Amino acid sequence: MELVKQQRDTASDLKTQEYFVNMGPQHPSTHGVLRLVLGLDGEIITKVEPHIGYIHRSIEKMCEHDNYRQIVHLTDRMDYLSAHINNEAVCLAVENALEIEVPERARVIRTIFAELTRLASHQLWWGVMGMDLGALTAFLYGFRDREMINDIFEETCGARLTMNYNVPGGVMFDLHPNFHKRVKEFIAHFKTKLPEYDDLLSNNVIFRQRTEGVGILSKEDAISYGVTGPTARASGVSCDVRKLHPYSAYDRVDFKEILMEEGDSFARYKARVLEMWESLSIVEQLIDNIPEGDFQAPTKAVIKLPKGEYYQRVETARGELGVYIVSDGGKSPYRLKFRSPGFSNLFVLEKLAVGSKIADLVAIMSTIDIVVPDIDR
Amino acid sequence: MNAIVRYFAGIFKGLKTLATGMKVTGYYFSHARKEIITQQYPENRDTLQMFERFRGIVTMPHDENNEHRCTGCSACEVACPNGSIEILWQRLEDPETGKKKKTIDKFVYHYSMCTLCNLCILACPTDAIKMDQTFEYAVYDRKELTFILNKPGSKVRADVKE
Ligand code: SF4
Ligand code: SF4
Repeated sequence: MELVKQQRDTASDLKTQEYFVNMGPQHPSTHGVLRLVLGLDGEIITKVEPHIGYIHRSIEKMCEHDNYRQIVHLTDRMDYLSAHINNEAVCLAVENALEIEVPERARVIRTIFAELTRLASHQLWWGVMGMDLGALTAFLYGFRDREMINDIFEETCGARLTMNYNVPGGVMFDLHPNFHKRVKEFIAHFKTKLPEYDDLLSNNVIFRQRTEGVGILSKEDAISYGVTGPTARASGVSCDVRKLHPYSAYDRVDFKEILMEEGDSFARYKARVLEMWESLSIVEQLIDNIPEGDFQAPTKAVIKLPKGEYYQRVETARGELGVYIVSDGGKSPYRLKFRSPGFSNLFVLEKLAVGSKIADLVAIMSTIDIVVPDIDR
Repeated sequence: MNAIVRYFAGIFKGLKTLATGMKVTGYYFSHARKEIITQQYPENRDTLQMFERFRGIVTMPHDENNEHRCTGCSACEVACPNGSIEILWQRLEDPETGKKKKTIDKFVYHYSMCTLCNLCILACPTDAIKMDQTFEYAVYDRKELTFILNKPGSKVRADVKE
């Protein structure tokens, strides 16, 4: 008894000191090369400072030298999990500037592809989220279902990830004859498999204890940090570009914007899983109603945008992607800026993680779903 | 008292969710024959069928007379975003008219820089190049990834107009 008391006294006399630990740049849970400098008091995080720029490839600068057709393929390499949606953003910006009427067929094809991309991205996120928290099984299940979508992409576009399927004016090729059949198969397959996701992870006690009430993001913080996508919607911020500023064929489909109240890691997780159901229903509504007709509007061989500034935003799997083009009338942009969702979503970490344990940081990082090439560009 | 009840309730809940998860795993374990989707890649090389649109590498098809369709117009070179294609010219004397005429000498293709974006294929007015489905190109030095696509001694097909 005496000994315990003695020890306790010395412990309270000890001067403790905040210390710093590097997480990354090579760390399995940073999903790429990202360095976080963590200020720690024991195991409690007092400060998070993300250091970025390890895979900066100057995509924005490269765009200033490429013409408008060539820019599209560079955007594949930003958020590679939303490659199609990034392509679409650039193409929409160019089309709006030139006032090109995109054929109905191309619009619907783009929307179906965008939703399949979102599904594939969320499936990958779900698997990786499980793996980050120590459940390797989830990873394999997520990848199994994503494989079907990748096959659909590969058959029609010729590539699985960096598809470059959009061109200004429409899409590059017409749909493959098997497309319809394969998408139907996928919908039927995934409808039976998505409940498994809940059995394996969402309802698991360990998983819930590690995510519920962890890393709470308030509505005010979400707005002031510019957080978008499922991360913000889990805190109750209505920010779905597909709903608020419909583009392509989103004005004719019926879907819900998933809004949560809690704002904790589990709400962010839940928002994404529910979003998968919505994406599935969008694809289902459109797949039988693809209009006949051209898949590409005729465009000039050399595309020149009139002098001016153009902005287009779309909803990627991670949030709002904005493309801001300043044109001086030439065949390549004078300046091109991407407002990437990952950048704002990452920096809210300095608010989110403070006060939680270092092990919880992994769960928090997983649920904000960052893709580092998107942040660095 | 309450704490003890909660403690045991927690354990039972944990066991229940464990069983739910194991049920999913168990299903796949017992239905492995039906549900398995893994492909044994290097072993199944002979039967592996890529999709016809798969973009593996840019190639130039030649017919049986060693003739291709490339006129050397350089449209692909201009369309390429990263300079993977270089068209080298030569001036050959036309045997009939005796005039010097520009024709293609070498179609140099740097696979190491190519992003397989398909823009060159779309740009080609005579459909001289296409994407091939092969993809195993691991080498020790990137110099080995520079190819000359038109075969030695090959000619432009007579029916191809510039
Ligand atoms: S596929 Fe794209 S990068 Fe490759 S050679 Fe053709 S245009 Fe250039
Ligand atoms: S491959 Fe086609 S585009 Fe390229 S130089 Fe030959 S004919 Fe012209």
